[in-house]
Amino acid sequence: MDKNISFTLKVWRQNGPKEKGHFDTFQMKDIPGDTSFLEMLDILNEQLIEEGKEPIVFDHDCREGICGMCSLYINGHPHGPATGATTCQIYMRRFNDGDTITVEPWRSAGFPVIKDLMVDRSAYDKIMQAGGYVSVRTGAPQDANAILIPKQNADEAMDAASCIGCGACVAACKNGSAMLFVSAKVSQLALLPQGRPEAARRAKAMLAKMDELGFGNCTNTRACEAECPKNISISNIARLNREFIKAKLKD
Amino acid sequence: MWLSNSSIGRKVVMSVTGIALVLFLTFHMSMNLVALFSEDAYNMVCEFLGANWYALVATVALAALFVIHIIYAFWLTMMNRNARGSERYAVTQKPKNVEWASQNMLVLGIIVILGLILHFANFWYKMQFAEIIGDHFLGEYGPTNGAAYIASTFSQPVYVIVYLIWLIALWFHLTHGFWSALQTLGWSNKIWFERWKLIGNVYSTLVVLGFAVVVVIYFFKSLCC
Repeated sequence: MDKNISFTLKVWRQNGPKEKGHFDTFQMKDIPGDTSFLEMLDILNEQLIEEGKEPIVFDHDCREGICGMCSLYINGHPHGPATGATTCQIYMRRFNDGDTITVEPWRSAGFPVIKDLMVDRSAYDKIMQAGGYVSVRTGAPQDANAILIPKQNADEAMDAASCIGCGACVAACKNGSAMLFVSAKVSQLALLPQGRPEAARRAKAMLAKMDELGFGNCTNTRACEAECPKNISISNIARLNREFIKAKLKD
Repeated sequence: MWLSNSSIGRKVVMSVTGIALVLFLTFHMSMNLVALFSEDAYNMVCEFLGANWYALVATVALAALFVIHIIYAFWLTMMNRNARGSERYAVTQKPKNVEWASQNMLVLGIIVILGLILHFANFWYKMQFAEIIGDHFLGEYGPTNGAAYIASTFSQPVYVIVYLIWLIALWFHLTHGFWSALQTLGWSNKIWFERWKLIGNVYSTLVVLGFAVVVVIYFFKSLCC
């Protein structure tokens, strides 16, 4: 059993996208170290409900680090102080007794705040709808060995595909750029023969959508790959640049 | 036009103009080194460049590169600030792998421009500009006597310090700019990223040292002679 800790929690409260937000401060007492960060917020919300106050709104779903639904900018890091993990995988034992923990929503023009810590990430869905798929062409099923894929490409495609679309890259980026996300989604298909026929169209369409939705321009600071809970590499951004430039030069 | 209305296109403009400017710096640095070996040879280079038509064409092209690079820099920064949203984080922490230079390219660039203005007043105005307008004695010496201008400028400690600060800002700007340009052009992956970073660091250090050594040697020359 970990020991219990007490700390000060500063949480961003905001009633809607256009409302002015502010920080609320809470004193948390005797929280066990093996409480997850989201469970700690659950405990706080229980207290708030009992006191007749409004609970804090935050996103969460699987709480297993795979769905990409949780967010939270904790003490200056998207998904908190751990590397390669989402907020739901952060445990209170990472913090010390007497700490002040500041919790903010993702801040970016592309992700407006819905309420408190919850932001609207449907921009990512729109980017995916712009071309992040392989069009279905039905026909006779292929023999499994008919399309050979080098192991290295398969691995890199798999690494790119591990992106869960949580938006930490945008939250970490000083330019509010979604390049790491878009590049991972372009790469996971561009690396495989099944994705090649539409590769040029996909890179152009997804990037155009990203620009249209008000995300910034990448300046290669690498904050995104440092904060990504799935450790997506910026080599994917180089690949997206390559795909995009090639497609434009061909036009 | 994709070079202005797509984010990657805009970055391509930054990286292509940036690489061209790095090549210019390399040329300028090599030219300066000549002054260390022979002042007469350096003045011959100055004469060769001067206000001849090819030098003027190159100067106009170079100025265009600078202007495009700078206009795009401000434009991109403005767009990126808007994309960041109106609300700023209360607490921020820089991840370990993020270079300081990469987040301050605009500031470093502005320092480089300020240094450039001083540099124009110290040298260009008295040399190429003097030749263009035909007034050969805007400065104390003739327009092709570059070595004399170097010697007189760097005998003053103030200029030595300002030029060295300028070069340090340039070094930071180049160390990020070099690999970043190639990343933007898509010529990078997990292996080449490390290679470009190393090549970029070595290259920028050599270029900046090449400039600095002329400043420092001329300063010490002025002390003992």
